Amino acid sequence: MSLDQNKIRNFCIIAHIDHGKSTLADRIIEKTGLLTSREMQAQVLDNMELERERGITIKAQTVRTVYKAKDGEEYIFNLIDTPGHVDFNYEVSRSLAACDGAILVVDAAQGIEAQTLANVYLALDHDLDVIPVINKIDLPSADPDRVVNEIEDVIGLEAHDAPRISAKTGLNIEDVLEAIVEKVPAPKGDKTAPLSALIFDSLYDSYKGVIVFCRIMDGTVKPGTAIKMMATDATANVVEVGYFGAGQFIPCEELSAGMVGYITASIKNVKDTSVGDTITELNRPCKNPLPGYKKVNSMVYCGLYPADGAKYPDLRDALEKLQLNDASLTYEPETSIALGFGFRCGFLGLLHLEIIQERLEREYNLDLVTTAPGVIYKVHKSDGTVFDLTNPSNLPDPSEIEYMEEPVVSAEIMVTTEFIGPIMELCQERRGVYLGMDYIEGQRALIKYELPLNEIIYDFFDALKSRSRGYASFDYELKGYEKSELVKLDILINKEEVDALSFIVHSATAYERGRKMCEKLKDEIPRHLFEIPIQAAIGSKIIARETVKAMRKDVLAKCYGGDITRKKKLLEKQKEGKKRMRQVGNVEIPQKAFMAVLKLDQE
Amino acid sequence: MNNNKSMGIYIHIPFCVKKCNYCDFLSFNSDEATMLSYINSLNNEIIANRQTEKTVATIFLGGGTPSILDPKHIYDILNTIYKYYHIEDNAEITIESNPGTLNISKLKDYKAFGINRLSIGLQSSIEAELKAIGRIHTCTQFLESYDAAIYAGFNNINIDIMSALPNQTIDSYKKTLETVIELNPTHISAYSLILEENTPLYDFINADNEHMLPDEDTEREMYYMTDRLLKQSGFHRYEISNYAKDGFECRHNLSYWEDADYLGMGLGASSYMDGARYKNTSCLEKYINHSSNPKDIIENVTPLSVKDKQEEFMILGLRKIKGVSISQFEKLFSKNIYSVYGDVIEKYISMDLLSINDDTLSLTSKGIDVSNTIFTDFLLED
Repeated sequence: MSLDQNKIRNFCIIAHIDHGKSTLADRIIEKTGLLTSREMQAQVLDNMELERERGITIKAQTVRTVYKAKDGEEYIFNLIDTPGHVDFNYEVSRSLAACDGAILVVDAAQGIEAQTLANVYLALDHDLDVIPVINKIDLPSADPDRVVNEIEDVIGLEAHDAPRISAKTGLNIEDVLEAIVEKVPAPKGDKTAPLSALIFDSLYDSYKGVIVFCRIMDGTVKPGTAIKMMATDATANVVEVGYFGAGQFIPCEELSAGMVGYITASIKNVKDTSVGDTITELNRPCKNPLPGYKKVNSMVYCGLYPADGAKYPDLRDALEKLQLNDASLTYEPETSIALGFGFRCGFLGLLHLEIIQERLEREYNLDLVTTAPGVIYKVHKSDGTVFDLTNPSNLPDPSEIEYMEEPVVSAEIMVTTEFIGPIMELCQERRGVYLGMDYIEGQRALIKYELPLNEIIYDFFDALKSRSRGYASFDYELKGYEKSELVKLDILINKEEVDALSFIVHSATAYERGRKMCEKLKDEIPRHLFEIPIQAAIGSKIIARETVKAMRKDVLAKCYGGDITRKKKLLEKQKEGKKRMRQVGNVEIPQKAFMAVLKLDQE
Repeated sequence: MNNNKSMGIYIHIPFCVKKCNYCDFLSFNSDEATMLSYINSLNNEIIANRQTEKTVATIFLGGGTPSILDPKHIYDILNTIYKYYHIEDNAEITIESNPGTLNISKLKDYKAFGINRLSIGLQSSIEAELKAIGRIHTCTQFLESYDAAIYAGFNNINIDIMSALPNQTIDSYKKTLETVIELNPTHISAYSLILEENTPLYDFINADNEHMLPDEDTEREMYYMTDRLLKQSGFHRYEISNYAKDGFECRHNLSYWEDADYLGMGLGASSYMDGARYKNTSCLEKYINHSSNPKDIIENVTPLSVKDKQEEFMILGLRKIKGVSISQFEKLFSKNIYSVYGDVIEKYISMDLLSINDDTLSLTSKGIDVSNTIFTDFLLED
C-alpha cells in the first residue's frame, strides 16, 4: 500500500483544561466515519478508567481516521491527543513533535487562559501551524467575537475565519475537518532516504512486547527491517507495523515518511525504547538523530513504599511497567528506617504523582505508603562538589554544606482584575518575586511571578482557585536554580527521628511548618498505651512539640449474649487496622501520616 | 472447668415495647400474633434440640424484653425446657426485665415457674437521662418493680446501670449508684455507654451533639467511682462490667468466659456446643418457618481450632478479674503458656497492665481500662 503524502494530515488538539479538547476529538472520529455513533463510547480517547474519572487526558493517545473532503479526495487524519495539565507539558511537547499542525480550541465563554498561551507557545516552538477553533458557542454566555479579538490581540493569530463550533452538539464540525485539510500542511520527507522515526510514546503489551509509537520522518519501515535505537544503541528486527484504529492496533505492510503508526519488534527490555529516541535502520543509519526532544526531567520526588514489605518486588515490577507507558516517571531503590525497602520516585508534578500512586493501587493492587513530596535541591558542599538532593535524609551535616540552591519557576497567572490583589498576596506568601503584569482586554490580567517550586507543588493550585473564586488559571515552567536559605526539618516521634517524615523547608517558614506538622501528626497518630511526644527539630534544636496523650480507655464491656464470634471479629478488625500501620520504635504510625506535610495549609 | 456434661441454655426473646436509642441488639416491637407464632417456633426448636447426655446448670431468658410476654408464654418455654432437658437441682434460672413491664402477679408467676434470678434494666435513676436514651420507664416505676420483686420472693436480683450517658454528670451518676446501692441487690452490671452505628443515639450524637457526652476525664471518673463505691458497699468485681455479693456471681454469664457449653435458642441466638460456635438466623420469617429443624436455621458454624481455643482461653479468661490459670493452659494445650504468649505477657507485665500471681495471670486495673488493645495482641497469626 503506497500512500500519497499529500493526503496525510498529522495534527493535535491543544486547549486549556475543560475547553473541550476531548469532546472535539470524539466528534472528529465520529464525523470521519471510522466509528458508528453506536460504537462511540463517550470520549473515546480517554480510555483509561482514571482519566475518565478525573475528566482529564493523562496519556497522549493517537488515532487514525479517514476523511472524505469536499474536494472529493480521501485524507488520512492522524489525530494525536495531548494532555491538558501543567504537569504534563513534556507529553504535550512529544505529541507536538510528531505533528505538522495544531488545532487550538478556545472556549467561547472563557476565552484565553494561562494554559492556552503555554500550549500555543509550545506549538509555535515546534513550528506547527496553529488553527484556532472557537468552541462552546451554544453556551448562553458565549461571546465568540470577543474571543476572536483576544486570540488576534494576545496570540497574534488570524482568527476571524476560525470555525465557530459546539463539539458537544456537533455543530459546524465539518468546518474544522475542512480547515484541517486546507491549513495543516502535508508531511514532507523522503520515503527512500535512510529511516528516521521519532518515538513519541510507547506501551507494553504482554504478548507483543513493547509497542513503540512513532512518526516516520524519512524512509520506510516494514516487518523484517533491522532497526536501531540511536540513543540506546539497542537493535531489533521489526515484527509488525501498523496504525491506530480507535482503541485498537491495525497492522499494515509498511510505514513510510509522513506516517504515524506503531512498530513491534519483540523488544523485551523496556529501557531500550526510551521516548524521544530516534529509530533508524541498522544497516543504513541516518546521519543525525532527530532534534526537538527535551529530555524529561522529574520535578517532584517522593518515596513510595509497599505497605506490606513482602510486596517490594511487585512494586518494582509495577513501576517498571508504568515507566514504559510513562517516560516521565523515574524511580530508584531506597531504604528508610521507618518504612523499609521502597523507591524514590520522580514525577512531573503533584498531579502526576497522585495519578501514578492511584494507578499502582488500582491497577496493580498495591497498598502504598507515600512520603512527603519534595523538589530537587542542589547541595554545594564545602569540598567544592555539588550534588542533587532528592531525599531529605541524604542531606549532609550542615558543617559540610557551603550553600544550597532550590529550583524556581516562572509562573503566569491569568485572572480577572478584581482578584489581582488576593493573588499577588498569595504569591508574596509563597516567597514569590513579582516580574510584571499585562492587561488583556481590560478585564483580565496576566500576572508574572518567579516562585520557588517547593512553594507551589503542594497546594498552590487549590489556594489559587479559592482566592479567585475559581477564575484564576496558572501555568509555569522551570526557570533554574537559585541560592536559598534552606534547612532540614526532622520529626521525632517518641524521641526517635522518623526519616520518612523529614523535609526541606525555607528557614523563614521552618518554625511555622514545624509547629503545623506536629499538630497534624498529633491528629493522625492514634493514642497508644503510653504518652507519645511529637517534636520538630532543626539539627539538635527542638522547635515545636505536641503530645499524643496515652489511651485511657479501650474496653468493650458488652458480651452480646454470648456472641463471642462477634466480639472476636471486632478485635480482629482492630488488629488488622494496627497491621496497616508502620512501626517506628514502639509507636504505630498510620500510613496517611506520612503525607501529613501536604495538608499543613488546610484547616 | 470444662465439664462436658453440663451446659447452659440461652433463650432469646427479641420483642420490646420500644427499642432504646442506643440499642443494637436483635430486638423490635411486634404484634400479638407474631409473638404467638414465635413462642410456638421457639418451643419447637427447644424440643428439636433436646439433650439427653448433658445436664443444664443455667437458663437465661434474655432479649429484647422477655418480661413483655404474657407469663403463660414464659411458662410454656420453661415447661418445654424442663420436659426435654435434665435440669440440675441448683440451676440458676434468670429472666431479664424492664421496669414498666413488671407487676407483682407477673413476678409471683416467674417465681412459681422456677425462675430464681431476676435482672432489671434501670440504666439511670435520673429521668432526663432515661429519656435521652429512649427508655420507656421512670425511676419510680423501677423502684416499684424492685419492691414487687422482693415481695414476690426474689432474693437474687441484678440491676443494670450505665455511665457515660448524654448529659450525665459525676453527681447524677453518683445518685444512680447510690440509689442502686441502697436497695442492696446481689448483683450489679455497670456498663459504659457504647455508641453503636445504626442506632438513633449514634446519629444524634454525630449530628454535632458530641458535647452532650461526658468528656474523657469525667467518663473515667465515673468508671473509677463505680469500682470504688461498689467495693465499699460489699460488692466485688468478678468481670470487667459485673459486680456481685459473694456467691452471687452470674453463673450463666461466667460460662461464656469459661469454655463451657451453652445452647442459644431463639432468633439470632449464639451457641457454643461441643467445640463449635454457631448462630441462629436473624431472619424472623426463616426462624418461624424452620425452627423445628435446627440445622436449617443455624449459620456460621465455626469449629474451633487449637489456635482459636488458645486465643479464647486468654481473651475470654482475662475478662474475669481473677484471670486465667497458667497451669490450666498447659493442661489443656500441652504447651507452656510462655511458648505461645511469652512476648505479649512480658510486654504487658513490664507496662503494668498484666500481673502474675503464682499460677494466675490477670489484668491490672490499668489493664482493664485498655483491655481491647491488650486482647488484640493475644490473637495469633495464622
